[in-house]
Amino acid sequence: MKQHTRWTRLLATPLAALMLVLAGCETTQLDEPTAAPVESRKPVAGTAGAAGGTPGAAAAGTPQSQVATVDLAGQGAAGAAARAAAPSQRIVYFDFDSFAIKNEFNAMLDGHARALAASRDKRMVVEGHTDERGSREYNLALGQKRAEAVVRSLALLGAGEQQLEAVSFGEERPAVPGSDEEAWSRNRRAELKDR
Amino acid sequence: MPRRQFLGVLGALGAAAAAPAAAQFRVEISGVGATQVPVVVGDFRGEAAGSVRLAAIVRADLERSGLFRALPADQPLDESSNINLAEWRGRGADAVVGGSVSRLADGRFDVRFRLWDAVRNEQLLGQSKVVLPEDLRLAAHRVADEVHEKLTGERGVNATRIAYVVRTGRRFTLHVTDADGEGGQVALASPESIISPAWAPNGRQLAYVSFETQKAVVWVQDLSTGARRRVAAFRGSNSAPAWSPDGTRLAVTLSQDGPSQLYTLPAEGGTPVRLTRSDSIDTEAVYAPDGRSIYFVSDRGGGPQIYRVPASGGAVQRITFDGSYNVSPAISPDGTLLAYVTRRDGAFKLMTLELGGGSPLSLTDTRHDESPSFAPNGRLLLYATRLQGSDVLMTTTLDGRIKTRLVSSGADMREPAWGPYSR
Repeated sequence: MKQHTRWTRLLATPLAALMLVLAGCETTQLDEPTAAPVESRKPVAGTAGAAGGTPGAAAAGTPQSQVATVDLAGQGAAGAAARAAAPSQRIVYFDFDSFAIKNEFNAMLDGHARALAASRDKRMVVEGHTDERGSREYNLALGQKRAEAVVRSLALLGAGEQQLEAVSFGEERPAVPGSDEEAWSRNRRAELKDR
Repeated sequence: MPRRQFLGVLGALGAAAAAPAAAQFRVEISGVGATQVPVVVGDFRGEAAGSVRLAAIVRADLERSGLFRALPADQPLDESSNINLAEWRGRGADAVVGGSVSRLADGRFDVRFRLWDAVRNEQLLGQSKVVLPEDLRLAAHRVADEVHEKLTGERGVNATRIAYVVRTGRRFTLHVTDADGEGGQVALASPESIISPAWAPNGRQLAYVSFETQKAVVWVQDLSTGARRRVAAFRGSNSAPAWSPDGTRLAVTLSQDGPSQLYTLPAEGGTPVRLTRSDSIDTEAVYAPDGRSIYFVSDRGGGPQIYRVPASGGAVQRITFDGSYNVSPAISPDGTLLAYVTRRDGAFKLMTLELGGGSPLSLTDTRHDESPSFAPNGRLLLYATRLQGSDVLMTTTLDGRIKTRLVSSGADMREPAWGPYSR
């Protein structure tokens, strides 16, 4: 009978009753139960007075549950096309939990750095990506670290810092679907994109 | 009189009507709590005429807390019933809820209910709530909260809201729903990913990270109007927004100076002030409830671990030591408990740790737990995980014994965030 003593004791707490009164202006306490119909409801304007909210903050007639929808559909087409057009020789792959650029990518990065050095008005964005495992935000930071590593490498090879921006998509934009090492190894990457 | 006997009777009583409630809400309870108060909640008179099943919402809400067994009535019951409490008591009910809903001339609805104590044979609550049709679910949640508070002395969280992201193919939608995952509305729909929704303390705005401009940018959106503004769109990536408890500032992760570091800036946007200085990753900031310190994730020690720093900057203190990968901190409303995700044997597990000194406690038997957030009363955790190949949202009590799966349309659900009390 443990919970009996627990909640009957709490019933005696005036604070609990007070909090209920404060919980919402639209709420009216009913009289003690009788056979007579309840008529204690007071006139209420709209839905003002959410719990903890500012009375009157909600416009009369605006549901407290209302959420307005913003739809960005249509903005994504250009981005999708740009992704599809990115050639494979613009991708650096990384080992698990690593930001080190492997030697096999040096020649490719050197080529991009020379092209940037040759035309200083050229701009490039380097996008870092991770596999799907772990925290999305931490992966975003890991992808950023990979992108920064590529940007630093390009700068050391002669590109201008102002020509480059490192960004990250973390695990949000996998190159291939799947939850095995084959997929993960294709997704741990940095993509070099002109803009 | 032994309680076990009452519960046995109630088991038979409740079996018949349990199925429809489960079908509507898909509250899947695994594990059994120590003690659950048996409460009968009769279908509200008049609810069959509308689309909102008020009593079923109240019953599911009460059960999700882990503190109640909520059962339907097998006879008509409303707030004006001349109720025979001794009879209900004899059948095993500790408390009884009866109510009604009726449409007023102006189109609003009057939701009335009473709560009776069958043990002490007295009325505990009697209320009328007048709401717009769109707020009928909210009214049912408020009834559940008031019953919860009257019977336990603690505030319920059913009238609060949660935010989460759904991915359907290449479409991402930021949803705002009731705490049970129902009554969903879409705040943002985008062809690009949306992550890390964070509720403003006033419950009226969400900060989040959107990739709609082909990079990570932090936005703040007003929920009722849809008005939105870019608050962090600096060079590099902008992510992991966290509101200060007074709502005036946001902590964010920026890479404008190279490595991902913590900064704070005014919530309306402005000049960021750098908070951490390391050559490592510093991210996933979250304010302590008193606003004086910020917990975050850093790999300054090798792998990612959780650290704490004064909100105005200063000496950094390491918080987690067990394991090589600890991320996604959440702090309980009373500031005493840390929830986070650890990687162990290739699995990602939801954990809690007493900040005053304690051992990490594992709460789940799943392998892909992510993004924990506390209910505003600190009694439940909401998190994302994977069940049978689907990305789902779950709640769990802090002892891990009562878990419920929030509604799923089959779409991948992720990035949950439990909102504050206010709506």
